[in-house]
Amino acid sequence: MNSRKMEIAVGLFVSLAVAAFLMLALKVADQGMQGSGETYELFAKFDNIGGLKARSAVKVGGVIIGRVDSISLDKDDFTPVVKLVVSQEYGDFPDTSSVSILTSGLLGEQYVGFQPGFSFDGVDTLKPGDFIEDTKSALVLEDLIGQFLFSRNDE
Amino acid sequence: MEFFARTGRNTIDGITRIGRASVMFWGAIVARPRPMKSIPLTIKQMYVVGVQSLLIILVSGLFIGMVMGLQGYTVLVNYGAEESLGPMVALSLLRELGPVVTALLFAGRAGSALTAEIGLMKATEQLSSLEMMAVDPLRQVIAPRLWAGILTMPMLALIFSAIGILGGHLVGVDWLGVDAGSYWSIMQSAVDLNEDIMNGVIKSVVFAIVVTWIAVFNGYDSIPTSEGISKATTQTVVHSSLAVLGLDFVLTAVMFGTE
Repeated sequence: MNSRKMEIAVGLFVSLAVAAFLMLALKVADQGMQGSGETYELFAKFDNIGGLKARSAVKVGGVIIGRVDSISLDKDDFTPVVKLVVSQEYGDFPDTSSVSILTSGLLGEQYVGFQPGFSFDGVDTLKPGDFIEDTKSALVLEDLIGQFLFSRNDE
Repeated sequence: MEFFARTGRNTIDGITRIGRASVMFWGAIVARPRPMKSIPLTIKQMYVVGVQSLLIILVSGLFIGMVMGLQGYTVLVNYGAEESLGPMVALSLLRELGPVVTALLFAGRAGSALTAEIGLMKATEQLSSLEMMAVDPLRQVIAPRLWAGILTMPMLALIFSAIGILGGHLVGVDWLGVDAGSYWSIMQSAVDLNEDIMNGVIKSVVFAIVVTWIAVFNGYDSIPTSEGISKATTQTVVHSSLAVLGLDFVLTAVMFGTE
């Protein structure tokens, strides 16, 4: 085989590998959607975060607007602080918005459900770095069962 | 006494082999690289080692993806979780099967050929005649083959994973009726570029270095007889498969063990 044909074959091979990598990066890992655009940070304190993890989604009515960046524990009052990174495209949420930790499906993973509040005069918008005051914790199965048994005993 | 003598002899043999292998690796790769002169030779070896391994990689990647789609579906459908087929196929291919199976196939398809070729060069005294002509066989013969193996195997592993995910799609979505949208979207939320794809690439680079090194060294160090070459070829396949499987555990424990 002459060297010209060989070079073409190697060139095709390398392009195939690059195409495979691009397919994995864009189609499988979906990096293109994520890295684009500017983001801002919001914080929320929960009593219990359940199974929430870094990189979990933040959704408004099912639409992903951001991700959980990191989870840490407040050193003063020992409650979990969740740092949310929200796309700049979805800004200007009113100050009265609330967040809750929800589960997608019966066995699915947990995500942060963001509920925009009503905006009327005198309500500020959430600015980068603000804490969201109104939070609902994750449902923990044992707590639920405990409450259920407790209410049964009352009857 | 004989037992201790044999143990000692084997230990000393093993250590001197590692030493010779390191000297060869150093002389071929690290010391005095000449990129301009070795690029054409490396491209020729990339053709032999990479392009000619493409068929076996494509076929086995496709079938492994299809089998995982089929097996994963029969288990997941019991829990009503067949939508999770996508991340199952993608994560196991990217993290484990892509790098490992590619390395095993590469050791059998290309590694054994490298050993036999270099071993025969040694047996027919081609390596010695190169030295007679003041051409360093480490740089003329060994280095291009090492570079070609190290460069092509990660590419083959990427192709393997990509075609395997398409194979899983073929069986899971087109045949068994998992929803195409959730196959891709749940996969996208589960797979991370750095965490999964890049770690898989790092794995296959490590495997590429180890497998190619073992293959080339076994040929370079073989006893120059027909029996010696056959022994060296067998050793290449056995040693590199064992090294890949052992290293895979270590790398997995380091990369994904502490989650």
